[in-house]
Amino acid sequence: MTDILQIRKLKKYFVVGKNADGPIYLRAVDGVSVDIHEVETFGIVGESGSGKSTIAYTVMGMYKPTAGEMIFKGQNIAMEVSRRAHHLKKELQIVFQDPGSSLNPLRSIRQLLELPLRLHNVVPPNQIEEKIVELLEKVELPPDYMYKSTPSIGGGEKQMVAIARALAAGPSFIVLDEPTSALDVSVQAKIINKLLDLQQELSLTYMFITHDLSLMRNMANRVAIMYLGRICELATAKEFFEQPLHPYTRMLLSSIPTVSVEEDRMKPKKVISIGEIPSPVNIPSGCSFHLRCPESDSRCVKEDPEMVEVRLGHWVRCHQFPSTYSAGEQTMPRPNKF
Amino acid sequence: MTASSQTQAPILPHHFHKPSVIVRFRENLRKSWFKYSRNKLSVIGLVVVLLVVLTAIFAPLVSPYPQHASAFVDFENAGQPPSLRNLLGTDVFGRDILSRIFFAFRGALLMSIVVLAIAVPIGVLLGLIAGYYKNTWIDTLIMRTTDVFLAIPPIILALAIASVLTPNLMNSMIAVTVMWWPWYTRLVYGMASSCRNEYFVIAAELTGASKAHILFREILPNCLSPVFTKMALDVGWVILISASLSFVGLGEQPPTPALGQMVSDGARYMPDLWWYAVFPGLAIVIVILGFNLMGDGLRDMLEQRMG
Repeated sequence: MTDILQIRKLKKYFVVGKNADGPIYLRAVDGVSVDIHEVETFGIVGESGSGKSTIAYTVMGMYKPTAGEMIFKGQNIAMEVSRRAHHLKKELQIVFQDPGSSLNPLRSIRQLLELPLRLHNVVPPNQIEEKIVELLEKVELPPDYMYKSTPSIGGGEKQMVAIARALAAGPSFIVLDEPTSALDVSVQAKIINKLLDLQQELSLTYMFITHDLSLMRNMANRVAIMYLGRICELATAKEFFEQPLHPYTRMLLSSIPTVSVEEDRMKPKKVISIGEIPSPVNIPSGCSFHLRCPESDSRCVKEDPEMVEVRLGHWVRCHQFPSTYSAGEQTMPRPNKF
Repeated sequence: MTASSQTQAPILPHHFHKPSVIVRFRENLRKSWFKYSRNKLSVIGLVVVLLVVLTAIFAPLVSPYPQHASAFVDFENAGQPPSLRNLLGTDVFGRDILSRIFFAFRGALLMSIVVLAIAVPIGVLLGLIAGYYKNTWIDTLIMRTTDVFLAIPPIILALAIASVLTPNLMNSMIAVTVMWWPWYTRLVYGMASSCRNEYFVIAAELTGASKAHILFREILPNCLSPVFTKMALDVGWVILISASLSFVGLGEQPPTPALGQMVSDGARYMPDLWWYAVFPGLAIVIVILGFNLMGDGLRDMLEQRMG
């Protein structure tokens, strides 16, 4: 299992103001190291403001990282998209949260899908129409949709068009930034199943971002949970949901609303949720979670815990878990599928 | 959608039929007309505008006395009140005022068309570039220059420019054009700078689209509907400004008729020859009203198509 994307100590700070000591930073991503394997779904969960979308956007090149490395298939991509090699724009694609705003309302679906095909010479110009029909078939839309514009079709269909556009260039890595959160529950499952089918068919790697934990359980092979710009727990999806270790993970999992008694039994013991996520402009001292942690002690206030691999492939950032494996070079686990 | 599925020409036989361009165009036209015609006032505006444009184009044919539009003197009929012979009366040289109004529409419309044809592309292009490069030196340069032009009262700027140059229609066009483009720059700047951060623009950028594609294919079309509305309204305003310039003698020179010039000539004979000033003035009001009502209808039509 090879890594398609290696992220090392990635930081992205935004300047939000200025005071006597210099600029005030919003630390959206504050030192994230992660390896994403080929053909897996790597999930990132977290509350709003935890920095999960910023990681995705930095990977896509919407932002220039403040510090850190990003290696995609052996090439450095720690830069804005305008400075990247042309073929990287083909390899990395994104599906945004709201298809209503990610698809130009004045362009026909044909024009939307034609753009990546032309930019990356995917097919010769005389076969573009056939390729568009093929793409629409892949996302189960009728071929005559190519003459429609997006305001005239439904929300789920729009997101399917956005997926088709991401596939058009022929990518190997797709960022899914909450692809279903703007859609009705009835079409969510359809989109998710389609994405999983396409992943098998085209050997795609997904970086899947959501705040919906039950969706994550269905979709991801490995899950990282973020809090104030840092990963506080990283594990395979199975371990993440069955044996959560970090108090924050347990807090979030215990707060999922359930629909059945069986589901309720699977949840961790109730951890009372205290307060809300602090502002990433004023990150608390020590462990950034100590203000909300029911198990925090004096050590948590002063010392920032290190990321520790407590079980093979299960990493936690918490003082409760001393290292059992060597905490040196990160050895990532195999995903539970594929 | 329903009509397009009836009339189709096969293109990819194994898959589907492509609706013909003409059918889709007719569909769009019918939808647009439905939205436009819901407000009866905008229909009236359109009728007024069409009448004005047609009389301007066919002025030599529809005017009762086409020869009165130039240096023509007939002192026997000077200062006649409205009658069946001269529907709107005659001026102090005995020229038919109705005929002169029809010919004055030509200059007024020509002026608006030329002014807008030059000012709108310049203004839109600058606004588009400034909006795309928001918060860079390009934005600062373009928008601060625009602010300087906007800070000067338009009529004073036009007067200043027109009086420095020789007074004629050409130079008044230049004067009005110089003061007109900044409005479009500011309008498009606002639209483009918000459009620039839309996800569909970012998506195009991330997949490697060129700057030209992003500016002209993604951002520009989404900024155009207020531009069209403003253009329709501005035809009226340019006519008003050109009338003001010709009122003070900086526009079209006699004997060629101009609406403002007729009002200012006639004002000297008030109230005895009241028709001399009142009817050209009324013509200005009607033309501007017509274009304004049409602009309102256009806005209703285009804004709803956006959604």
